Amino acid sequence: MNTPHTKSVVSCTINGNATQFLADSGGTLLNALRDDIGLTGVKEGCGTGDCGACSILVEDRVTCACLIFAPEAEGATIVTIEGLAEADHLHPLQETFLEGAALQCGVCTPGFLMAAKALLDKNPDPTETEIRYALAGNLCRCTGYDKIIRAVQDAAERMRENA
Amino acid sequence: MRNWYMDYLAPTSVEEAVGALAAQPDARVFAGATDLIPQIRAGRPEPGLLIDLKRIDRCTTVTKTDTGWVVGAATPTSRLTEDPDFSSTLPGLSEAAGLIGSDQIQNRSSLGGNLCNASPAADSVPAMLVNEVRAVVAGGNGTRTLPVGDITTGPGKTSLADDEFIVEFEIDAPPPNTGDAYLRMIPRTEMDIAVVGAGAQITLDADGNCAAARIALGAVAPTALRVADAEAALVGNPINDDTLAAVAAAASAACNPIDDKRGTIAYRKQVAGVLAKRAVKLAADRAAGTNANGAH
Repeated sequence: MNTPHTKSVVSCTINGNATQFLADSGGTLLNALRDDIGLTGVKEGCGTGDCGACSILVEDRVTCACLIFAPEAEGATIVTIEGLAEADHLHPLQETFLEGAALQCGVCTPGFLMAAKALLDKNPDPTETEIRYALAGNLCRCTGYDKIIRAVQDAAERMRENA
Repeated sequence: MRNWYMDYLAPTSVEEAVGALAAQPDARVFAGATDLIPQIRAGRPEPGLLIDLKRIDRCTTVTKTDTGWVVGAATPTSRLTEDPDFSSTLPGLSEAAGLIGSDQIQNRSSLGGNLCNASPAADSVPAMLVNEVRAVVAGGNGTRTLPVGDITTGPGKTSLADDEFIVEFEIDAPPPNTGDAYLRMIPRTEMDIAVVGAGAQITLDADGNCAAARIALGAVAPTALRVADAEAALVGNPINDDTLAAVAAAASAACNPIDDKRGTIAYRKQVAGVLAKRAVKLAADRAAGTNANGAH
């Protein structure tokens, strides 16, 4: 069994809120978000960076929370799926995923949404190929990918119209 | 001294990191942790001290110099692939870095980590070899600069001492009429580990003949390797079917691969020849100024 881990207080901003938590030195940010901070929208799939279910934004860049040590979050600005909607208004990606039935069991969905947001934030009009590459780090075992790709295209169009 | 607990440290200077690394034998430096965390999950012993290099400015700074670039060893590879100047000058190296996992991974993965994880299949390594990238290594005995090819010694093994780590890489801008390329064979289009990788840097003379050639292979031997015989087959010659066939033969002959689920020995040797040839052709097209597309 592994040795015990030290803990340290980490201050960061999560979904716009100043947050402090006690970080396990060898624990992952994924476990801290889910178990200590209560943001269970972040899902654990593989735990090794292959499936993308735990995708979050750190400094506006999409990363796997399972591949970040919890103390690394010191000073960071983090956005999780819980920070995607604004009050009662779903993000256009959330709307088009629902309208297009781009999910079934939903475990991969938060990760897909965060990866898609990272893409559309830097490229408002991506080609289908660009979307497929940008979402290559996210695995879905239910829907197949076509509905997801179409939902991202629809959201991009909606966001361009409202820009 | 070895601690009975696991700790985390984020030093802000190279000296602080070297001191911490030297003081604890089971300390480990990391950048993106994209290999380290899966290894721990798979049962490798946890380090007693995690040393995060990303708060050291030199380790995460990309600087353009008079002769090329200095790239912090812990810089996320997405910073390189998104840099239009870097990517247009060194398209092969940029594309190799862009093949390391998904966007999620590339926002964390680094050239230093890709090299020091010492996987024979690391995509950035053949591209660094053909660009003759140098690693600036800090340790208890000071700083030394050595070729990237001198770092890895076998799968998972490096020549670095326990108290050493790579601070940054020195990457020369290519000379005129030079192009580089890196191509990877995988059975799908993304998110896989190289069955074979091939890098090339080609310099053309005024007549379009090959003035200088550097060719390297990955995933076909315990470490990535330069293929001197393939380079010799090109220098002073035109790049045509005959010389490319000699490149392919030399590349296949240089392989010392393993049989595994990704490919057999015979398959890897065959593909190494094909990829080496294609990488040379792409690098030569780039050297000639032909707009050539590489890996996706």
